[in-house]
Amino acid sequence: MSTQGNANPNSSVNNYSMSSTQNGGGAAPCQNGPGQMYPAMYTASSYYSSAPPAAYPTVAGHSAPPTGKTPVSSTGYSGNYYQSSSGLSPYPAPGTHQYSNAPGQSFQQTAPYAMPAGYYGQVYSHPSQGQTQPQPQQLQPNLMPASSGSNLGAPLYPIVSYPSAPGSSQYGTLRSSQTTAGQPPVSTVMPPPPTQSSLQQYSQGIGATPTPAQPGYGAPPLSQAATVNGQSNAVQQHYDQNLHNPMSHHYAAGPPNSQGPDKERPPSGTPGTSVHSSPQHHPDLAAPPAGVPAKQAPPFGYNYPTMHPAYQQNPAPKPNPSPSHGGYNPPGYQPYSQPFPSLSELSSALGGLGGVSELEAETLRPVNLLQERNILPPKRAPPPEPNLSNDLRKVNCSPDTFRCTLTNIPQTQALLNKARLPLGLLLHPFRDLTQLPVITSNTIVRCRSCRTYINPFVSFLDQRRWKCNLCYRVNDVPDEFMYNPVTRSYGEPHKRPEVQNSTVEFIASSDYMLRPPQPAVYLFLLDVSHNAVESGYLNVFCQSLLDNLEKLPGDTRTHIGFVTFDSTVHFYNLQEGLSQPQMLVVSDIDDVFIPTHDSLLVNLKESKELVKDLLNALPGMFTHTRETQSALGPALQAAYKLMSPTGGRVTVFQTQLPTLGAGLLQSREDPNLRSSTKNVLHLGPATDFYKKLALDCSGQQIGVDLFLLSSQYSDLASLACVSKYSAGSVFYYPSFHHIHNTAQKQKFQKDLQRYLTRKIGFEAVMRIRCTKGLSIHTFHGNFFVRSTDLLSLANVNPDSGFAVQMSIEESLADTSLACFQAALLYTSSKGKRRIRVHTLCLPVVSQLSEVFAGADIQAISCLLANMAIDRSISSSLSDARDALVNAVVDCLTAYRANGSNIQPSGLIAPAALRLFPLYVLALLKQKALRTGTSTRLDERVFSMCELKSQPLQQIMRMVHPDLYRIDNMTEQAALHLNDSVIPQPPLLQLTAEKLTREGAFLLDCGSVMYLWVGKCCNETFIRDVLGFQNYASLPSNMTEIPELQTTYSERTRAFISWLLESRTFLPAFHVVKDDASTKTSFFQHLVEDRTESAFSYYEFLLHIQQQMSK
Amino acid sequence: MEAAVFISSLVDCCALIFLSVYLIITLSDLECDYINARACCSKLNKWVIPEMIAQALATVLMLVSMHWFVFLLNLPVASWNVYRYVKVPMGNMGVYDPTEIHNRGQLKSHMKEAMIKLGFHLLCFFIYLYSMILALIND
Repeated sequence: MSTQGNANPNSSVNNYSMSSTQNGGGAAPCQNGPGQMYPAMYTASSYYSSAPPAAYPTVAGHSAPPTGKTPVSSTGYSGNYYQSSSGLSPYPAPGTHQYSNAPGQSFQQTAPYAMPAGYYGQVYSHPSQGQTQPQPQQLQPNLMPASSGSNLGAPLYPIVSYPSAPGSSQYGTLRSSQTTAGQPPVSTVMPPPPTQSSLQQYSQGIGATPTPAQPGYGAPPLSQAATVNGQSNAVQQHYDQNLHNPMSHHYAAGPPNSQGPDKERPPSGTPGTSVHSSPQHHPDLAAPPAGVPAKQAPPFGYNYPTMHPAYQQNPAPKPNPSPSHGGYNPPGYQPYSQPFPSLSELSSALGGLGGVSELEAETLRPVNLLQERNILPPKRAPPPEPNLSNDLRKVNCSPDTFRCTLTNIPQTQALLNKARLPLGLLLHPFRDLTQLPVITSNTIVRCRSCRTYINPFVSFLDQRRWKCNLCYRVNDVPDEFMYNPVTRSYGEPHKRPEVQNSTVEFIASSDYMLRPPQPAVYLFLLDVSHNAVESGYLNVFCQSLLDNLEKLPGDTRTHIGFVTFDSTVHFYNLQEGLSQPQMLVVSDIDDVFIPTHDSLLVNLKESKELVKDLLNALPGMFTHTRETQSALGPALQAAYKLMSPTGGRVTVFQTQLPTLGAGLLQSREDPNLRSSTKNVLHLGPATDFYKKLALDCSGQQIGVDLFLLSSQYSDLASLACVSKYSAGSVFYYPSFHHIHNTAQKQKFQKDLQRYLTRKIGFEAVMRIRCTKGLSIHTFHGNFFVRSTDLLSLANVNPDSGFAVQMSIEESLADTSLACFQAALLYTSSKGKRRIRVHTLCLPVVSQLSEVFAGADIQAISCLLANMAIDRSISSSLSDARDALVNAVVDCLTAYRANGSNIQPSGLIAPAALRLFPLYVLALLKQKALRTGTSTRLDERVFSMCELKSQPLQQIMRMVHPDLYRIDNMTEQAALHLNDSVIPQPPLLQLTAEKLTREGAFLLDCGSVMYLWVGKCCNETFIRDVLGFQNYASLPSNMTEIPELQTTYSERTRAFISWLLESRTFLPAFHVVKDDASTKTSFFQHLVEDRTESAFSYYEFLLHIQQQMSK
Repeated sequence: MEAAVFISSLVDCCALIFLSVYLIITLSDLECDYINARACCSKLNKWVIPEMIAQALATVLMLVSMHWFVFLLNLPVASWNVYRYVKVPMGNMGVYDPTEIHNRGQLKSHMKEAMIKLGFHLLCFFIYLYSMILALIND
């Protein structure tokens, strides 16, 4: 390892100095911070001596220059892998030979692939890669019943349920072979023929006579076959087979498929060989027999340049959505929540050649919104798939992490303007992942000019050079990168995990630090005024923290401190060795100072007993306080002073308007104007104090999180700034009281539980890069934009999302793929500097209809919500509302102007955008943007904060909640996960029309769930699920479902917990009786209904139509 | 008297030209990522009021010396300066706000504004110069 370390520092140091002069790189975490005090004093050696990259110690020898390299025979599995090549130099040809004349070795190839577990070091379970074998068996049942006919379901499992897309190009071959061999090209949308038979045909086709496939194929000229989409795969495959070319890749991949779908799948991970199958085939096409030895030389991505034109003419067929869900999504239930592909989708997917136009026809199918009453899909619609080749789609970033509003990027700004849709990205970069390749490497390979991290979408020109996919600069491949630790082979840079995964995490070297990684430091700033004590939050907080003290993320260096404040600021000396915590009071709030410097933030491990004592004592200490003032500003200043040497997280609990010292605020809300339909004032901050403080904090790497537990107006608009610009999060519990409001209390407890234990990254920066020609012009979320593309995040947490708006500055006509890369550099709570990199790749299109076809309506709605909130703060709320309506009107007008064959009457939208008016209407009825309905200013502002900083999934649930009828759930179409049966009731439209008195309905709004029980709800449900005799005996403030041992109850609870599975914050739960006063809070979510001040959905459509005809 | 008015306007105008150039340099520094937004904005915000005063001074001088054409030329710029200062939202840290300068193309519009002002001040400079010489000759 050390030799390696010595071999490379030159280049790495060079890189770094370049980065700091050119564009700062991702490396500078705190340019304006104290980092300048510790420039590069931490040399590589000292860093490494403390933290050697231990992930692949044996690797070092291999990554030495090729001359000193003995064949890979040294490792254990060379026995089966390089059997005969042990005497040869394995680099490059002989290995290939081994591959190619051993079709059966596809099984052995899984062995090297199983290595990642060892390589990745971290214990991330990775069902879709490392453990492909158990996966199919587990998963098949899950999808079994999914909604479509049963005759369809069964034979298709292998296609649908197999989520291990990273590895299996078998998909490509399987599917495309199906389409070509099994079916004639289908040119219209039609239900698929019984799939069982088609599969049989397919296996015959492969097994017996490959040639019949050819005629069915015919259409695309062979020159186009170099595209990497499924079709060309198939062509090449057959080509090979006809030639009897001993090509192992496809050959190996082919037979297992033909074994028939229901048999046990071979452990087909084999990404090393199969992922890149088609590019590697290209040379073979040129010179088939001689291609074998040369095959390895032109590595992955070699053909991209040639591929591009073909893309534009001939986009890949409609992805069969299901397999790639698996590829996209980490394990979890999400893949299964996606609907089973509809008949038409399936047929278009199977339709092969007709697929392209059919996909577009499907997403572009004109829908007359005025006539179509049930536009809501039965399940939450999956995000649209980018129209990419199989290979690219498989490695593309998960839509949960990285989503673009337009999955087909328009070529020019003019085209974008024509579509009247916003172009932007929605990111959730730090979300909890179950599968994440972690890479320890001396040199992190990046483009020398734009500092892009190497990613799956770069192209390798040859063994030693790669071309950046963002700026198109040609870079050298460093020596170390030639060694692939996953397969333990040399000379395959295109098979490194960085190039195989679009989401990776690097352990960064000291080049990425301006100071040694900070420890985890937590400071809690607690309001102890009379109001706070009265609400009783202190007890809840102290108890939660006591329970979770061990689980606070951190290592032995973790520091903790407490400050309380009312009209004075109190510090607590927790120095180890004291017999009890010592309280120090600073009453000079005009010029607050730190009484002692070393013992206020103490090592958690050393002073744990004192911390526990303090937490036990705190709730009792202030019970008789008469102090009603609150000096939040000075307390925050004190926290800033206390934390600035290290940085860390400050958690503020505030229960009232700050009334003393710097940053004091006045009540600005006029309760009489709460329901005014005119303008809403005071959405912006009243003072710049909190903003300035937040920027100071951000500079010192301090993140401030705000918990506001207040029953009266507390000017959240001003207070929230302290979190907004220091990358914190805001929580708001209106009218919190520990006794009178148990639902809020429970929610607070659950949130604290998650908040205290969730992952945290310190001193983080995020840079978002995009392909040359695209530029980011607006950012949304909680952070400080330090330079044009660099976001400074003092803390980063897994629950925050970001959005950016982009414009197209130069035409993208000379490229067919646009890429976006978000790189998040942070210090983990264990003191490691890490870089998480996500890369998204999308096709570029030149036709307006294609832009419409690729519109991602959920992403568009979220981005519009962000834009509307900006607008309402900078301009006015009514402006923002008008802008939202205009967005729909403009877009539909643009579509009408573009469409030629559309009937003139009605309100026509492309199918991809059919939910657009609904979502916009729902947005207009959000607390943040509604007018006319009584809304407290703080709640409105909090709703705005949520819309700006939540990830997309959460926002969508909040904007357009899910409504299910749950009193008559059946096992039909249920999911079978592990041992439990999870019923799948269909989504209902959000209108009171769908409610009946006989039913019970569950409304899932993300952060809150309502169970509405009708007056005549059947008594079995009330008895078996809710545990009461009849409707009359139901209490009106139930906040949970009891755990009863009835199947009815178990089924209901299984369904609810399935809904909650992917949530990080558990929602509050309310059982709402039909006659209770709380039912208004339930009915306000039924956005399709008319209210006194807002349109119903149908009226809204008419309004849009009217606007359009103007 | 006439000459004195124009000489002082000329000096004033020179100062404004230098200020515009300074604004442009600082903003382009920010654009190229040489300084961070916070530093840039605090630098620029310092000069908002001096600029407003200098511009108002020139306008008032023209008004009292009853040069209506030049006065009307200066008036829109002076009022724009006042308008944008008054219109700063309460929570912002000045005309240039570090948290917003990178959003919604604000940097570009600030840059454009500085460029236009530079052009305007140059124009004024030559008008004053010409008028000053004319006034000196007439004396």
